[in-house]
Amino acid sequence: MDLKDKLVSSFMAFENTVDIDAPVHDVRSEAIKTFEDEGFPSKRDEAWKYTSLNSVLKHDYSVFPKQENAIEYSDVKKYFIYDIDTYKIVFIDGKYSSHLSQTTHDGIDVCLMSAALSKPKYRLIIENYFNKAATKDGLSSLNTAFSQEGAYIHIPKNKLVEKPIQIIHFSTGNESALMLQPRNLIVVDENSHVQIIERHQSLTENPVLTNSVTEIFTNKRAIIDYYKIQNDKQSASLIDNTFIKQKRESHASVHTFSFGGQLTRNNLNFYQNGERIDSTLKGVTIIGDKQHVDHNTLVHHIEPNCESHQDYKGIFGDKSTGVFNGKVVVDKIAQKTNAFQANNNILLSDKASINTKPQLEIFADDVKCSHGCTIGQLDDSAMFYMRSRGIPEKEAKALLMFAFSNNVLDSVKIPEIKQRITKLIANKLGVSIGFDL
Amino acid sequence: MLKIKNLHASVEDKAILRGIDLEVKPGEVHAIMGPNGSGKSTLASVVAGKEEYEVDKGEISLDGEDIEELSAEERAHKGVFMSFQYPVEIPGVSVTNFMKTAINETRKAKGLDDMPANEMLKMIREKSELLEIDRKFLSRSLNEGFSGGEKKRNEIFQMAMLEPKLAILDETDSGLDIDALRIVANGVNKLKSKDNAVIVITHYQRLLDYIVPDYVHVLYDGRIVKSGTKELAHELEEKGYDWIKEEVNA
Repeated sequence: MDLKDKLVSSFMAFENTVDIDAPVHDVRSEAIKTFEDEGFPSKRDEAWKYTSLNSVLKHDYSVFPKQENAIEYSDVKKYFIYDIDTYKIVFIDGKYSSHLSQTTHDGIDVCLMSAALSKPKYRLIIENYFNKAATKDGLSSLNTAFSQEGAYIHIPKNKLVEKPIQIIHFSTGNESALMLQPRNLIVVDENSHVQIIERHQSLTENPVLTNSVTEIFTNKRAIIDYYKIQNDKQSASLIDNTFIKQKRESHASVHTFSFGGQLTRNNLNFYQNGERIDSTLKGVTIIGDKQHVDHNTLVHHIEPNCESHQDYKGIFGDKSTGVFNGKVVVDKIAQKTNAFQANNNILLSDKASINTKPQLEIFADDVKCSHGCTIGQLDDSAMFYMRSRGIPEKEAKALLMFAFSNNVLDSVKIPEIKQRITKLIANKLGVSIGFDL
Repeated sequence: MLKIKNLHASVEDKAILRGIDLEVKPGEVHAIMGPNGSGKSTLASVVAGKEEYEVDKGEISLDGEDIEELSAEERAHKGVFMSFQYPVEIPGVSVTNFMKTAINETRKAKGLDDMPANEMLKMIREKSELLEIDRKFLSRSLNEGFSGGEKKRNEIFQMAMLEPKLAILDETDSGLDIDALRIVANGVNKLKSKDNAVIVITHYQRLLDYIVPDYVHVLYDGRIVKSGTKELAHELEEKGYDWIKEEVNA
């Protein structure tokens, strides 16, 4: 039985574990039908031309982990941002770990999707927001069909959430192969501000496939800064589907740091439903081996006077491959839009490759839209210049690559994350010097 | 200190240096002059260790040790410095961080610990004052958007920070106005001692009014065809290079 058939037939078993009378279950039932029709995307789909899921779909994934697993904090501390106080929503093999988590209902809700889906006090928010941003493609529908667990975050109006929120998914390798469908809902009301860090981490070499959906809603003048740290094991693959619906004057930024994993696909979608909205999409990708990272972004400018900024940097070594597909749509009424997009890449080996494609669909006539992509090697003259000053080849390369990624690191607002990313990059590049750029 | 014997070098199979002999002793200043395309910059790059240049024959030694097989960074660690004719822009790396990395990597190569931060700051302050460099300038990205004069001053600032044994100044005077020229020359003169040496590569005699050479060599067609004292530089300034070419070709 292939994975699609297995998933479709598992849906009935899944129904035994959830409340099928809840309104959200109609949404799930609808979604499994969509998945049945659509299935997994293939290279015949334009948006998947350069990313094949074949190699990750071939495993015999468990869809429901059988038992709950415990992990000691000391064993996984390094995957947390631990030097500052944070809220934590932690999952182990898809199940909530109260032991590792630190949630709250004190003025804000930082808790679980399973609770939000079942308890009456969250009904209104779920009705208004659940599955209202996600698209009805095969993968998102698959997630919707099995949506049960993940992070639920609701920040009511006028709250400055001082502690960042970490959402971490561990997989223990207890199953020989595991597929996860985490589902996150984040609603930030008027004038509120929240910072979120998301990470998926496999603890063994057993294959893991995560098909995640995150829906984010920013209401008037709300601010959200979202950081995705993707540095998973070679056996782990991630399909991240993130949908952000913004209302007027809100600011949303997503920084994606992709340093590891077998296959990583980021479907990042912004919808600007109001004026004077600001959307920022930035990423640094540094991969090697046979790793593959695909950034598929969409910014939909629906109203006038909004801005979007996209800046993705990629460094590809060995036989790694990258894809950047950045789509910007400016509706006819969205005059005075400022939309910027840049994608710069460095190939460190003859066998590495990147496919980069800007896609601009502009129907308004008074807009500023720019895009640019570059693919190059490390600059030999810069290398010689640095080496002639006594900086060894490896360190010189690292310094150049740091400098190359610096634009993206610069806009990271949490210093501890910046430090962590800097360290991860240094590790990735095999150097010990901590440049403070 | 530096001994070059019968040096032949080429780039992409094109022979550029065709037998250079040169000896530079501690405390000396040598000027290398010559028409365009004579191989002056190639000589500087070959001594500094640029990989694109192939040493086909001959020897380069520093304090009796052969260095032609060493990488550029290893030569730098041994005290070779080249001021670039066209300093490279490196966006995203500040002048200060670049210098910190260069100094600490050089110390690491010598088995020393990193220079303490306060010592580093003090040194940066002193040396930037010597070159009349504004502090704000030090936090800017290396050479990015610098004027020609700023780039050259920054080169000499780096030289001051790294305190090399042998400094090769490749056309440091090009693109400098008279004030910048004076600042740069003054910096070089203050850094000079009986233990280090300077090779000044220049097209014009102008810089040599400020950095006075002990010896002047004329490079033509990949060979040193004439050597003399600073008077030779004046002669070249007056008469140009044609008479040298005629002499050589005769």
